[in-house]
Amino acid sequence: MTDVIDSLVGIAPGSKLDAIRGQRSEARTHAQASYTSLFEPKDLGGVSADERHAIASFVAGLHGEPKTDAFYAAKLPAALRTAIATEVAAARITGPYGHFPKGPLSVEDAPGPTWKVSDAGRATLGPRLAAAFEHTHMLVFHPRDSSAASLQSLLDAGWSTNDIVTVSQLVSFLSYQIRVVAGLGVLASTL
Amino acid sequence: MSTDKTLTPPPHTEPVVFTRDMLDWLPWLEPMAEADMTEHHIKSLVDATRVKSPYFRLLARDPDVLEARTRTDKDIFYNPEAGLPRAERELAAAATSRLNGCIYCASVHARFAATYSKRVDDVQRLLDEGVEAKLDERWEAIVAASVALTALPMTFGKHHVERLRKVGLDDAAIADLVGAASFFNWANRLMLSLGVPATQPK
Repeated sequence: MTDVIDSLVGIAPGSKLDAIRGQRSEARTHAQASYTSLFEPKDLGGVSADERHAIASFVAGLHGEPKTDAFYAAKLPAALRTAIATEVAAARITGPYGHFPKGPLSVEDAPGPTWKVSDAGRATLGPRLAAAFEHTHMLVFHPRDSSAASLQSLLDAGWSTNDIVTVSQLVSFLSYQIRVVAGLGVLASTL
Repeated sequence: MSTDKTLTPPPHTEPVVFTRDMLDWLPWLEPMAEADMTEHHIKSLVDATRVKSPYFRLLARDPDVLEARTRTDKDIFYNPEAGLPRAERELAAAATSRLNGCIYCASVHARFAATYSKRVDDVQRLLDEGVEAKLDERWEAIVAASVALTALPMTFGKHHVERLRKVGLDDAAIADLVGAASFFNWANRLMLSLGVPATQPK
């Protein structure tokens, strides 16, 4: 299938950037394989296709990347798309913030909100996705506030340990993909 | 016994500063037991020695993603052909980890940056003072670009590319920098959210 990063950046075959990406062909192939194994896996396991695309769309929305957001949101039912857009609008903030382990780095602590899904959002998303979105917001904007308690909230909402690994990879991979697309897009505009 | 529970790490000392020391990492979720790992799981580690790492045995719960992640990582950092020198790919990884607050990731990649560049004092200054540390124009341009790609909203723009070109980076090197800083936005989030770093016993 089409390389998602190439497609989102608009890298044409034979262009300068195509040649540059070609020098890191393993990274290019396996960034795409990461996408495939997260969004078109052989076995969905405990994380449904809608859940995967909803989390990806939320991450892209939080990053303010409409093109990537639209790419993932296109796979979702309209009601879910609308609910995600509403939550994104309420959830966007600047980052990274958060606390360091208590000690000399405490002077660099940058406190910020622990975001919660709205009641209306929770009704549409359901308890599993609502918990995943709250965890996602922390991972996107203040990952250094991570704790075992945050993982416990996911377990309490019905995600298994295997599912949490997949959800963590989804958010983390998107954090990579979005930045590569943004960075290469800027580079392309200067070539 | 269900593995769907969080773990309480054994007694340990959490590092409270950024350091180039070797650190341990203790998971908050149960890694796979070696005995339960199939060939598929083992293959996903890419390096067989990683079977001793609780981090990689935890990520092996989704083996296809782990394998693709690892092969992406290795090409961005280890491919010696053209592009950004290894030391500066590691610098971008360390700067990204410093900003996000991943003490474990920063320790590994600050060690690599120091080893490959031989600029131990500059690397340590980045760890001690953060991403605003005085380095030299080339390193400051690389750190600033990593920061602009990492902080939200992202501010990476043409002026960052122009500054990188002025200090000698060609297009392939700039693409490597984008790859390295972006990849650590992936790695930092896994490392930070699935467990906790610990100092190694003396």
